[in-house]
Amino acid sequence: MTVQVVLPGVLADLADGRRELEVDAGGGTLADLFDTLAGQHPLLGRRIRDEAGQLRRFVNVYVDGDDVRYEQGLATVLRDGTQVHVLPSIAGG
Amino acid sequence: MTDLIAIGTRKGLWLARSDDERRTWTLDGPHLLAQEVAAVSIDARRSQPRVLAGIQYGHWGPTVMWSDDLGATWQETDHGAIRFPEDTGAALARVWQLRPDSAARPDVVWAGCEPHSLWRSADGGASFELVRGLWDHPHRPTWEPGGGGAAIHTVLPDPDTDRVVVAMSAGGVYVSEDGGAAWEPRNRGIAAGFLPEEPEYGQCVHKVAIDAGDPERMYAQNHGGVYRTDDGGRKWTSIAGGLPADFGFPIVSSPRTPGTAWVIPLVADMQRVPPEGRLRVHRTRDAGETWTSSAAGLPDGSWTSVLRDAFCADDADPTGVYLGTRDGCVYASADEGETFTTVAEHLPDVLTVRAARIP
Repeated sequence: MTVQVVLPGVLADLADGRRELEVDAGGGTLADLFDTLAGQHPLLGRRIRDEAGQLRRFVNVYVDGDDVRYEQGLATVLRDGTQVHVLPSIAGG
Repeated sequence: MTDLIAIGTRKGLWLARSDDERRTWTLDGPHLLAQEVAAVSIDARRSQPRVLAGIQYGHWGPTVMWSDDLGATWQETDHGAIRFPEDTGAALARVWQLRPDSAARPDVVWAGCEPHSLWRSADGGASFELVRGLWDHPHRPTWEPGGGGAAIHTVLPDPDTDRVVVAMSAGGVYVSEDGGAAWEPRNRGIAAGFLPEEPEYGQCVHKVAIDAGDPERMYAQNHGGVYRTDDGGRKWTSIAGGLPADFGFPIVSSPRTPGTAWVIPLVADMQRVPPEGRLRVHRTRDAGETWTSSAAGLPDGSWTSVLRDAFCADDADPTGVYLGTRDGCVYASADEGETFTTVAEHLPDVLTVRAARIP
């Protein structure tokens, strides 16, 4: 099962300069997808999740337009062709 | 010979260089722009001096980066230099302290982090191992975060023995005599004005420094109170009598002159500004029995403060003293705190300052 991952520009350098990636989602959840992504691009993986596997507080992830914090979080089930957006939230100063 | 100051701020790192015996400084930066640099060190033990930085991306989490070419390029470990083991269930929140060990242990670097944890690297900072002895200490679940966070903010390895001293707000001072396996609190005599009586631990110690002549003698700037111990922390006594105020964050000892230390007093807990708005460094030459203040080169009308790691000494002779303020100014003294020159202004709030003489 392949899904499309869309990254913000500031993370593209950690994915060989690409903002859009086609990634095998493995077992089919968002956590599986990020495991695969971290295996291919460890630094990118660390920017999205901490070492305990949790989404970083100010990272937002949308699956086909829905914020996963209001869905099943990292257990959100993906399907072939799903689009996953990784975006920085409004934070900082 | 070059003197180097590393200045970590809320929004990046600056490096200042002097090639004229610390008379004038050239500022270089920003490096790591837009990243919080809460911990920095200059590891001058290496053939190529290494600048280590504990950084925090606003969105993307904390990490340790290093540069072996004075900031031209930066590296980090793919899977993270500091990474909590899976069984802890914890995640690194912030790197508060990066401390190279002695020249006799040339690849050893210590890190103090949030959540309360101590780490030891045996490869110059590329990877660290959690010091389990402190992580598993039965007191740890009861250490409070203080205002700044639940962190080990001070790490002081003894160069000649296996003693390691750490301090935290608000847990107090802990000492290991065996390199980190066993730890005991050593806070007797240090006040905790926010508790009904003096506890065994839980004091809000802001910073600790070790005397140049005697490893048993240490100085502590507490959350209210300035103290000295002459017996490795088993008993602390006040040395605040000659100061205009006993509140502050940093305390720095001379690396070469016994009995010499510096503090930067603030009015009080509820008024964290220099007395009368005059930023001053106070120095003792007699281990805290008496203090004198330095005014030359430091500003009046300065309603700012100096954070616990934004004050340091170098290893040159005479000792250089450096401080950075929350309003983005950095001052340097090449004469042990008698007079100061301005190194930088208008930077983001300065979180940490370290200085070293490099080849």
